Amino acid sequence: MTRASAIFAGLLVIAFPLSLLAGRVWLDPATTPNAVLILAELRLPRSVLALIVGGGLGAAGAAMQGYLRNPLADPGLFGIAPGAALGAVVALFFGFAASAWLLPIFALIGAGGAMALLALIAGRTGGIALFTLAGLMIASLTGALMALAISLAPNAFAMETIVMWLNGALTDRSWSDVELAAPLVLAGIALLWRAGRALDALTLGEAVARSLGVQPRRLLWLLVAGIGLTVGAITAVAGIIGFVGLIVPHLVRPLTDRRPSQLILPSALAGALLVLVADSAIRLIPTMTEIRLGIALSLLGAPFFLWLLLRMRRGLA
Amino acid sequence: MRLAAQAISVAKRLSDVSLMLEPGTITAICGPNGAGKSTLLETLAGLLEPDSGAALLDGEPLAAMTPRTRGQKIGYLPQAHEIAWDVPVRSLVALGRMPHGDSDPAPVAASLAALDLQSFAERRAQSLSGGETARVLLARVLAGEPAWILADEPLAALDLAHQLALLRHLRSAAKAGAGVVLVLHDLALAMNHADRVVVLDKGRVAADGGCENALATEVVERVWGVTARWIGEPGQRALVTF
Repeated sequence: MTRASAIFAGLLVIAFPLSLLAGRVWLDPATTPNAVLILAELRLPRSVLALIVGGGLGAAGAAMQGYLRNPLADPGLFGIAPGAALGAVVALFFGFAASAWLLPIFALIGAGGAMALLALIAGRTGGIALFTLAGLMIASLTGALMALAISLAPNAFAMETIVMWLNGALTDRSWSDVELAAPLVLAGIALLWRAGRALDALTLGEAVARSLGVQPRRLLWLLVAGIGLTVGAITAVAGIIGFVGLIVPHLVRPLTDRRPSQLILPSALAGALLVLVADSAIRLIPTMTEIRLGIALSLLGAPFFLWLLLRMRRGLA
Repeated sequence: MRLAAQAISVAKRLSDVSLMLEPGTITAICGPNGAGKSTLLETLAGLLEPDSGAALLDGEPLAAMTPRTRGQKIGYLPQAHEIAWDVPVRSLVALGRMPHGDSDPAPVAASLAALDLQSFAERRAQSLSGGETARVLLARVLAGEPAWILADEPLAALDLAHQLALLRHLRSAAKAGAGVVLVLHDLALAMNHADRVVVLDKGRVAADGGCENALATEVVERVWGVTARWIGEPGQRALVTF
């Protein structure tokens, strides 16, 4: 295990039990009534889901930045998260969300559709520039369709549900969400991890990577499948949670030797830590209703992104 | 291990080019801008597949090899010095081992030593000067112990001393048995340091042979449209233009 992985794994071991105790009710396992029930059915699935969501987003961000050779890349750029969100919005629009399974399944179909569209447009050549443009195009198309769905919502309640859902959260999630997301996210992280060496070779440009035996199309498929599984499954259970995939690899990179392959697992651990801590923190902030996790992370992430841009500009000047 | 181009045509940029390259020598590919030099090099590296004809290594078409096998035998150094992440020099050079599927430290250390880079091994790649970067990128190629080294303009953007140093390293690789193919813009460097020069013009071979013949003043005039004269002794030539 590398130094970075060890640091974040250690912090997770400390943070995880604390997150179980944190909330509107500070749990004291000995005295709180129904402590076991609260732990097993509310806090534990929520914390486990936070690990899965953060881990998947961190790994996806690290892989994306390695693939695009750009420290400002975010898994959202691929249009897969917006695709998943559109699927969920369609489910909410038609009122299918009453069943626990329908909304995530619609979201997964949306993610799959975005992946298929990406592959159709850019999959044959495996070119990175075309791929990025295709992702941006899909993101803006799905964005427009979601705005359309909101404006045409049959009633105020449906509209509110859609808007609320789009600002991702881990509130009221159960073991069934964990069961849905965990295998898909883990499989996705495994695929991204497998892409590590090829991403390292890409450090020297596409031509050199190919001369070293990297097959661009295979790499592209590993990334599309890996990011589709992680981000698709995460969006399906938690809604849109931005900035984790952008911030986390940045914070982790200085702790590694900066090879993309060395960044993926520590970023997964650090992402898990960030989402776990952020989700525990919003439970502790005494607001009337809980701040949505998606909003909280955006409030944290957007200024960070700006700071990053300013620092990079100074570096270029 | 011979590298050959057999009547290759590539995307209208090369037509009917045939070459048989010998290991242990330095071959320079020269020609005006747009003559197809980089296209030829990429085809010989197996990165471009010809529309017709074939690039062959010991008689076997490169297109039929797995990318890894090809990568073990042919090291390719493009013109652009792209290093996306600020990785340590040693990790960068170790990427040359990728086609072999190992991270054998011995060839990595040997190529660092061959290019006098031992003291740089732990430095960050983006902190290097242009000349140091060029050496590190060549060390990356050498670490793969390829039978062929194909480099596109490896001397561009280097000062005179670094050009000569890099040529010395390439010559010692050739002496050790590797085939070296360089795209060169500077005709004097080709004239003085290559064993053989292939002159391309508009996608065709305009001249091919020993330096003195392939870069004779008639060829320079016909291909580049420049009236010029070589002065100095063989091996120390300079081109004077009028």
